[in-house]
Amino acid sequence: MLAVKPSKPAEAVVIGASAGALDALTVLLPAVSRELDVPIVVVVHLSPRSPSLLPDILRPRCACEVKEPDDKEPVRRGVIWLAPADYHLLIDAGRTFSFSVDEPVKFSRPSIDVLFESAAEVYRDRLVGVVLTGANDDGAIGARAIRRNGGLVLVQDPALAEAPEMPRAALSLAAPQFVGALPQIVETLTAITRRPG
Amino acid sequence: MSSAEEIEVRLFLDAIFLRYHYDFRRYSMASLKRRITAARLHLGCETVSALQEKLLHDPDTFTRLLQYLTIQVSDMFRDPGFFRAMRERVIPELKTYPSLKIWIAGCSNGEELYSFAVLLREEGLLDRTMLYATDINPEALRKAEAGIYALDRMASFTENHRLSGARCSLSDYYSAAYGSAVFDRSLRKNVVFTDHSLATDSVFAEVQVVSCRNVLIYFDRMLQDRALGLVKDALCRRGFLGLGAKETLQFSAQAESFRELSLSDRWYQKC
Repeated sequence: MLAVKPSKPAEAVVIGASAGALDALTVLLPAVSRELDVPIVVVVHLSPRSPSLLPDILRPRCACEVKEPDDKEPVRRGVIWLAPADYHLLIDAGRTFSFSVDEPVKFSRPSIDVLFESAAEVYRDRLVGVVLTGANDDGAIGARAIRRNGGLVLVQDPALAEAPEMPRAALSLAAPQFVGALPQIVETLTAITRRPG
Repeated sequence: MSSAEEIEVRLFLDAIFLRYHYDFRRYSMASLKRRITAARLHLGCETVSALQEKLLHDPDTFTRLLQYLTIQVSDMFRDPGFFRAMRERVIPELKTYPSLKIWIAGCSNGEELYSFAVLLREEGLLDRTMLYATDINPEALRKAEAGIYALDRMASFTENHRLSGARCSLSDYYSAAYGSAVFDRSLRKNVVFTDHSLATDSVFAEVQVVSCRNVLIYFDRMLQDRALGLVKDALCRRGFLGLGAKETLQFSAQAESFRELSLSDRWYQKC
């Protein structure tokens, strides 16, 4: 029996992580990739100056397509989408990806808040947001936006995260419906994103 | 049913167009909304409607608003691979022309313009090249023309420049003074700075190269098609188009007018 489930079937999942992201994501994403039926969009804080190795690390471990989106690309389901370095990644009303090179938010570009807030407006109560390990407070405002639009927010237990600041900030600002250890988040998210039947 | 904010934003963009002839109505909404919110908060307005009232009756408000709605934050030699590909794939063909015209569309504060000017000088082409640097923001054009940047940005610009395949240091092209880097005025000897909108204006010259990087990302698909149509009409046959790292012609109505020269570095050539 799961601790939480969304009131309506999820149409998209957004995930934010920073310090400690690699260890968490290499556990979480391969597990949910096997029967993935929704799009998962992931923002990890990256150095703007080096190309991200994340797609190459995750691709062989995941059963689904893993891709950095292009501008105006449709947000296809069953794909794990990774935000590229040095752009903000947003989702537009037509459910296509959109980018900006506006100034960094919380010293970050991509910013988790920027993705979460834009996705919350598009998917409303059909969105699930996940805040994982990280060392600043990016993602908290975005998680609150998801809550306010009726979506579901899952936060990694700060006490069990590699870097507690980011999940702690989301916890205090967004009142998430679920707080737990990574294995519980894996289990919950797998159930939410799985193909029906 | 539209939310109150969606209605406000639509009316706001109509008001800007009717009053000031700047057309943001076909911009990508997700990022534009963030910019409007930032402007609204900085200009001390509770709602978008309040901001609309202010800008309709006070042209100074519009000048300030424009800074929030248009400025992107770029680097010199952003995506060094793009400039390396330019040296390797584009420059050899440009050297066959007796004179050149290059259009930097959406030049913002000029980082891309000076990157091009430096690279063209290094390749021995700057003296026979006319550069058009265009933007819709007059304040940005003034900054681009001044060519002055904070000195603390130079370390990353210099590293990008080196990675682009440069054979000398970027510091050869600027002098440092009072915490600023002032670019050599000879770099802009053949540059025309001018107000031009990809949304409302038309073609003004035939050019061999268009750089339009991280400008189209702010447009919706319909406006992207319009802008790319202008670019296509401005380019000579076999002319080159450089886009931003995440921009692609794949989803555009203009895709068939171009071939991919170097997809990974986003260089296209007009058929």
